[in-house]
Amino acid sequence: MLAVGSVLTILPIVAVVIYILVLGAPAINWEFLTQMPKNGMRDGGILPALVGTVYLTLGTALFSVPLGVGAAIYLSEYSSDNALTRVIRLAIVNLAGIPSVVYGLFGLGLFVVFLNFSTSILSASLTLSIMTLPVMITTTEEALRAVPQSFRVVAISLGATRWQAIRRVVLPQALPGIMTGIILGLERAAGETAPILFTGAAFFLPRLPHSPMDATMALPYHLFVISTQVPGMPIRVQYGTVLVLLSFVMGMNIIATVIRSRARARRVW
Amino acid sequence: MNKIVVENFSLTYSDGTESLQNINLKIKANAITALIGPAGGGKSTFLRAMNRLNDLADVATLAGHLFIDGQDVLDPKVNIIQLRRTAGIVFARPMPLPLTIYENIVFGLRVAGERRKEVLDETVEQALRQAQLWDEVYDRLNDSAFAISGGQQQRLCIARVLALHPEIILLDEPTSALDPISTAKIETSLLELKENYTIVIAPHSIQQAARIADDVAFFLQGEVVEFAPGEKIFTRPEDKRTQDYVQGRFG
Ligand SMILES: Nc1ncnc2c1ncn2[C@@H]1O[C@H](COP(=O)(O)OP(=O)(O)OP(=O)(O)O)[C@@H](O)[C@H]1O
Ligand SMILES: [Mg+2]
Repeated sequence: MLAVGSVLTILPIVAVVIYILVLGAPAINWEFLTQMPKNGMRDGGILPALVGTVYLTLGTALFSVPLGVGAAIYLSEYSSDNALTRVIRLAIVNLAGIPSVVYGLFGLGLFVVFLNFSTSILSASLTLSIMTLPVMITTTEEALRAVPQSFRVVAISLGATRWQAIRRVVLPQALPGIMTGIILGLERAAGETAPILFTGAAFFLPRLPHSPMDATMALPYHLFVISTQVPGMPIRVQYGTVLVLLSFVMGMNIIATVIRSRARARRVW
Repeated sequence: MNKIVVENFSLTYSDGTESLQNINLKIKANAITALIGPAGGGKSTFLRAMNRLNDLADVATLAGHLFIDGQDVLDPKVNIIQLRRTAGIVFARPMPLPLTIYENIVFGLRVAGERRKEVLDETVEQALRQAQLWDEVYDRLNDSAFAISGGQQQRLCIARVLALHPEIILLDEPTSALDPISTAKIETSLLELKENYTIVIAPHSIQQAARIADDVAFFLQGEVVEFAPGEKIFTRPEDKRTQDYVQGRFG
């Protein structure tokens, strides 16, 4: 029964992936990945969207990793269970449930308008960072909590400060879990359209961005554009773009899975 | 000579249990002092109080004095890091850190800022020899500390404490998870080590206390019922409760 159930669940996913592969694969070649779009995006490549998504992902990592990991270390290793930390945790849980378009509007208000960062890679990365923070914090905290308490006690009994115990013993043990959380968070950021819609995504830019203050094309938004806004769009190009986005996101997912299973195999406690 | 002097020392955890009440003890240098008594008597609590490891637990109140070489370790101004290096502790289960054998031993030196390789190398060999482990692991110092047997791991933990160059070694039932052969090895090294260190141990059995202890303190429900040289405690204890315990009538 269960086996049938899981097959039934996986089947549509497999079908979708095969469908995308069949329709998208013919579009994929070196030119498609390295050329500017041509002929009203109906031809040529998707380079600016691909590069834009890479920039946005890196930009998101730049802000959300230190903030998220730092917050998780504070919550799991330093804070005591008081009213303040309970409010923080509640906020994190609620943040995780907010629809991504709301983050987009928030980013528009805060970064684009109020802080005057304009619609730019900077504004979009900051917006995506806020959206990914709950995932980063929660997974990092879980990874830290999975490290046995006795390691901390032993390290401290040997004259380590709390931070030395974290830095030398706890963090290295938690690292695979933290990496997995980071990648899963970034993966979500890479695939989102709504948060960047008003904050940094460009409809069409026939060049690569020069600075963090430039707007940029990005794969998910580009996909939306070529699927709905451009008449006479070849199916091949649409599905080629889907395939690239899917590979990007799945690639990150596979890396996370590999890190996790390797660490499990090596773990001694 | 008294290394540790405990005066009217009391400790309560925040759940309300008074775990140590009015403890008075004089612990001799270069001797093995055993803390015996039934479960929950406060032996672990007392050991962890001596190097302030209880700071990590939910301790509500502390009273009295705990002098090491005349310095009260409960004094808020005391250098706790230094104290933990002076009084190193070995726990009941072998607790290697998830590092190599070598890195386990030098951990305390590294966090104290020691970087010189000669010093680290020398400390590793010396500490492992003192803990009677060198011959068994000298050729795999870079293996994981979890790759050796439980008995070896526990001797590694002793070596790790010795590498701190402590004055006092605290041991909380260090052989409770070990087989008789490993236990005997550890007892032998403790008897050697007491020449140079002050040793306080919660032994895992009365027999172990009888084998190695110079002085014995009988802990019962947070109080020290009797404190005397081992042969006195085991042959003609003054308190009826001590007698019952050492003759195996309770606990
Ligand atoms: N971290 C803690 N928080 C609250 N209470 C504690 C804590 N540790 C110990 N206690 C309590 O303090 C008392 C003394 O415990 P302790 O572990 O010191 O006894 P022990 O003599 O070492 O016993 P055992 O022989 O079982 O190891 C017990 O009542 C125990 O429940
Ligand atoms: Mg105990």
